[in-house]
Amino acid sequence: MKKPVQLKTPLGIEVLALSAGDHVRLSGIVYTARDEAHLRMMKDGIPFDPSGAAVYHCGPVIQNNRIIAAGPTTSARMNTLSGFLLDRGVAALIGKGGMGSAVREQLKGRGVYLAFTGGCAALAASHMTLKGVYYEDLGMAEAVWVIDLDCLPLIVGIDAKGNDIFDAVRARATKEFARYQKPKG
Amino acid sequence: MVTSKRSALLRALALATADALREAVIYLPPDVKRAIGLAAARETNPAAKGEFENLIKNIAVAEELGVPLCQDTGVPVVYLTLPPNVPLTRDLYDAVADGVRRASEAVPLRPNVVDPLTRHNSNDNTGTGMPAIHTRSGEKFLVTVLPKGAGAENVSRITMLLPSQKDEIEKFVVETMLLAEGKPCPPVVLGIGIGGTFDGAAALAKEALLLPIDEMTTFEQQLCDAVNRLGIGPMGLGGDTTALAVKVKAAACHTASLPVAVNVQCWACRRATVAVKQE
Repeated sequence: MKKPVQLKTPLGIEVLALSAGDHVRLSGIVYTARDEAHLRMMKDGIPFDPSGAAVYHCGPVIQNNRIIAAGPTTSARMNTLSGFLLDRGVAALIGKGGMGSAVREQLKGRGVYLAFTGGCAALAASHMTLKGVYYEDLGMAEAVWVIDLDCLPLIVGIDAKGNDIFDAVRARATKEFARYQKPKG
Repeated sequence: MVTSKRSALLRALALATADALREAVIYLPPDVKRAIGLAAARETNPAAKGEFENLIKNIAVAEELGVPLCQDTGVPVVYLTLPPNVPLTRDLYDAVADGVRRASEAVPLRPNVVDPLTRHNSNDNTGTGMPAIHTRSGEKFLVTVLPKGAGAENVSRITMLLPSQKDEIEKFVVETMLLAEGKPCPPVVLGIGIGGTFDGAAALAKEALLLPIDEMTTFEQQLCDAVNRLGIGPMGLGGDTTALAVKVKAAACHTASLPVAVNVQCWACRRATVAVKQE
């Protein structure tokens, strides 16, 4: 396995050089956001500096100002809600399961989609320190939590050049399944 | 006194349910850890190797800190094994629900249970028909839990094949994972119910998830290999391991039908059994 690339937020042009499939270790501040937070930010503006920022699709479990569990949620729910973030300079979206072709286009020349392993909530929490919160009125899962990451192990799912691992895997699986469609001879 | 003996038993059932839930959401069963370890060692895809590394570290961190593996602690599916001296009465159901409430607060479990239409959250993981409680007879009084997350449950499917379509079973199973892609957090375990009735096939599929996954019959292995040829891999990032195992349970059915259900389970194949203390 190739050595992981070390990244630190705020991100710069270094993300444009990443390729789908590269392993990265991300450090620095990230902001959690799910459906409700995206809708609020579209309406009221982004409460943090979006330039070079990383947004994590995650609804963590927080207890006494400590992060207990913080695995990724399904990113595809944010497919139509992410354009404005990238327009304002957000350089990385983090989540699980990949995103649609529209986001793939929006990321071109601007940023990357980083995948974190679904279900690895305990591991994620062990790489995190809680720094603050916006929109706490949205509830624990939907608030924007400000989190300091220490080397979270991620993989580039969609790069800034239009390469998308999830799409390639889907195409190969569809081709493999075609053998069931053939009429029996 | 008969009543105090009964209340002691109900309390023991509630505590056993809470203990089983706590164990299930924090510690994976040995057969599941073994299957993940073997698959990780066999894996050749670099992306998949990285995902397995995270899975294995996550399992260790959860055990070490005593925290849930995943923030989706599921909905409580419970199987009660009743010995001859414990009759099935309403208060057993109430005691299991009491155990679910205790675990929800103590572990804690994420409050996942809502009314299906109003979406009102009970905040204690109980509601009408929830916990889902299934009963069977046995020698010992046991409570088995299978906390079920939504990502995998949402991509589960059922079909009513024709008796002449026995060869379509494999296609249906493989198609289920083709449609699911990375959504159920693969590498998955697939519980397959074959036969019975419409509802019975689904129940068999879920019961199949209680079987140890470190051994498979020839038929199960054949289905597992067929799913893995899709190459979806851990989290849909590609790889040799899309399914850790396929387990099948079958029941007799009508001569005119062939029900087939596929219950998809994420890599965190969480289950635990605790004995209920009887005085």
